[in-house]
Amino acid sequence: MNKHLPIRAALLSLVLFACFIGIWHYATLPSDNVVVSAADAEYAALMGQGAGKAEGFPTPSAVGRTFVHFLSDPFYDNGPNDKGIGIQIAYSLMRVGAGFFLATLVALPLGFIIGMSPLMTRALNPFIQVLKPISPLAWMPLALYVLKDSDVSGIFVIFICSMWPMLLNTAFGVASVRRDWINVARTLEVGPMRKAFQVILPAAAPTILTGMRISMGIAWIVIVAAEMLVGGTGVGYFVWNEWNNLALPNVIFAITMIGLVGMLLDFAFGVLQKMVTYRD
Amino acid sequence: MKDENLYRPYAADVALGRCSCGQHGSQHEHDAEAARARSLRGEKAESLSTDFVEAALVRAIFPQDATRRRFLKAVGANAAMAAIASMMPISDLQAMTLEKAGPLEKKDLTVGFLPITCATPIIFAGAADFYGREGLNVTLQKTAGWAIVRDKVLAKEFDASHMLSPMPLAISLGAGSTAAPMVMPVMENINGNAITLHVKHKNNRDPRNWKGMKFAIPFDYSMHNFLLRHYLAAHGLDPDKDVQLRVMAPPDMVANMRSGNLDGFIVAEPFNQRAVYEKVGFIHLLTSQIWDNHPCCAFAATEDFVNQNPNTFAALVRSIIGATAYVNKAENRKGVAEMIAPANYLNQPQTVVEQVLVGRYADGLGHVLSEPNRIAFDPFPWHSMGVWMLTQMKRWGYIKGEVNYQDIAERVYLATDAKKRMAELGLEAPAQTYKKHMILGKEFDPAQPEAYLKGLSAGA
Repeated sequence: MNKHLPIRAALLSLVLFACFIGIWHYATLPSDNVVVSAADAEYAALMGQGAGKAEGFPTPSAVGRTFVHFLSDPFYDNGPNDKGIGIQIAYSLMRVGAGFFLATLVALPLGFIIGMSPLMTRALNPFIQVLKPISPLAWMPLALYVLKDSDVSGIFVIFICSMWPMLLNTAFGVASVRRDWINVARTLEVGPMRKAFQVILPAAAPTILTGMRISMGIAWIVIVAAEMLVGGTGVGYFVWNEWNNLALPNVIFAITMIGLVGMLLDFAFGVLQKMVTYRD
Repeated sequence: MKDENLYRPYAADVALGRCSCGQHGSQHEHDAEAARARSLRGEKAESLSTDFVEAALVRAIFPQDATRRRFLKAVGANAAMAAIASMMPISDLQAMTLEKAGPLEKKDLTVGFLPITCATPIIFAGAADFYGREGLNVTLQKTAGWAIVRDKVLAKEFDASHMLSPMPLAISLGAGSTAAPMVMPVMENINGNAITLHVKHKNNRDPRNWKGMKFAIPFDYSMHNFLLRHYLAAHGLDPDKDVQLRVMAPPDMVANMRSGNLDGFIVAEPFNQRAVYEKVGFIHLLTSQIWDNHPCCAFAATEDFVNQNPNTFAALVRSIIGATAYVNKAENRKGVAEMIAPANYLNQPQTVVEQVLVGRYADGLGHVLSEPNRIAFDPFPWHSMGVWMLTQMKRWGYIKGEVNYQDIAERVYLATDAKKRMAELGLEAPAQTYKKHMILGKEFDPAQPEAYLKGLSAGA
């Protein structure tokens, strides 16, 4: 029975998706009352009638056409304000990558120190508690003023929001390594560096990776909002540019792309996490 | 003996030991270094001419050299420089003396813009490569809002930018930002805005009945804010108490109006026309009905940029004035609309942009109206327009205390510069930089700003 579970789940997913599209289709069927009296043909033309203007919420087929349109040429470049979705996502990923990498460099060693020393835990805790709940975008005006560069500010915002989950999870993971293993290490008179890298790090790795996975999720959420605010390049800017055009099919397309990329990032960290987890 | 001494130990005006600036081992080294810098500076034609202008000006202010020296000793060189610069448009005069022949200091430039029809000359100059003809390589960077434009200009990410015409005044005064001297060589457009109301207000056209309504404006330091406030106040409403004014990005305005969250907005095109096109609003009035030929958007840069790149700046201004003259011609408007509508620029349906630029449009109430002067492009930065904006900033509490209206307007709005560039392109510029304006049927005399303000508060 159980070996059919994945197939049945996939089938159910498909059915749910079909239902969703069906309901969407019926909800957006064109109604008849949108036709303006054709008495004044010029007025109707100026209002976009007969020019293929979409009324109301876009239909699934309109959104489908948008998908085909954008995905058939994801890397076009029509100047600084009109680039393909592939290029935009690459810009966003680059910013997220840079900010996340910097955060890793700071959060992992710091988390290690905090986790190993109860004194540091208590001393730094008030700061972490105050800084942690600040919305990353609240840093944006300050970052723009101090750093004087919107790209660097974007990376800084990713940095600051990726920090806390990594830091706290690392500290927690390090602090809760099983006493037996530490005691064994002490009995065998293992040096401090070796203890850190061969006993504590492997034991804490799953927790650390959980922190990194959470951080990456947050970073991907934040970059879209930051790019909408600052503009220029990136998938967030793409959404803003299409919003400026009030083009909902394009916005829906971009939202879907953001979701898919986020899923892939999460999946990649899931795989990493599995690699370092072992059962005892 | 004491006079021959190289280090002049008995002279009162030299520091012994380390030099007066502290960066050289002795006063002797300091003097030699300064002389070297001066002779190097003398070899460059531009600095020679700007230095000459500055010296001539200072000489004109202090005909007696003894007075000049006493004044400098009393207040210090830096304070004196700032005081004189605040009285005299030195950089403006210096820029005027520089000839077109000079080499471009910087060729790769980033210019910011907001996707609205006010930016038409800036955008069109890029689309039709007016910049390239001046030897410039300009990247036009679309920007998400006016606050971001302000920040990116101050952070030097933008070399120059599309701005709302009150912004360079406000930034120079430090209103709503850190103070940074800005210059505005050209106005972009005149008219080109509207007050749009939600379709449910079709029968509510009298502003006297608008108490409690919610309106959106694009920025505090905008003609939109000042014109709407002026219009409401003229109809007996207090814009700070009787209605709600919210700062919002233009697409948000249309969406908020659709959801019934806004009763009206005043904003640049094409968003008024877009609201009509989306069947959520109708055009209550064009802002030209409040003040015909009122200024709107501008092209501006920091004074720093202009001082460092005078030739580049002159070339940039020439490109834009040239584009302005082209897009202002009625017969070119349709083609311009087609050129600036795509995603790289305005990202709007072409018919919407065209209705704005050509001036034959649907009003949202079932009529087709013709208003060829719906938007026009006139680069001349009238000082009197700047003075009006300053009176409104004072009126609504954005700036406090004594305001030296003419002085500020003349420092920021480079009318002499614009005249020169217009002449280079064979365009006729007005002889005066001040004129009287008719605003809502009331005359504004730029020579009497305080009297105008008193008249408004007394019985507008």
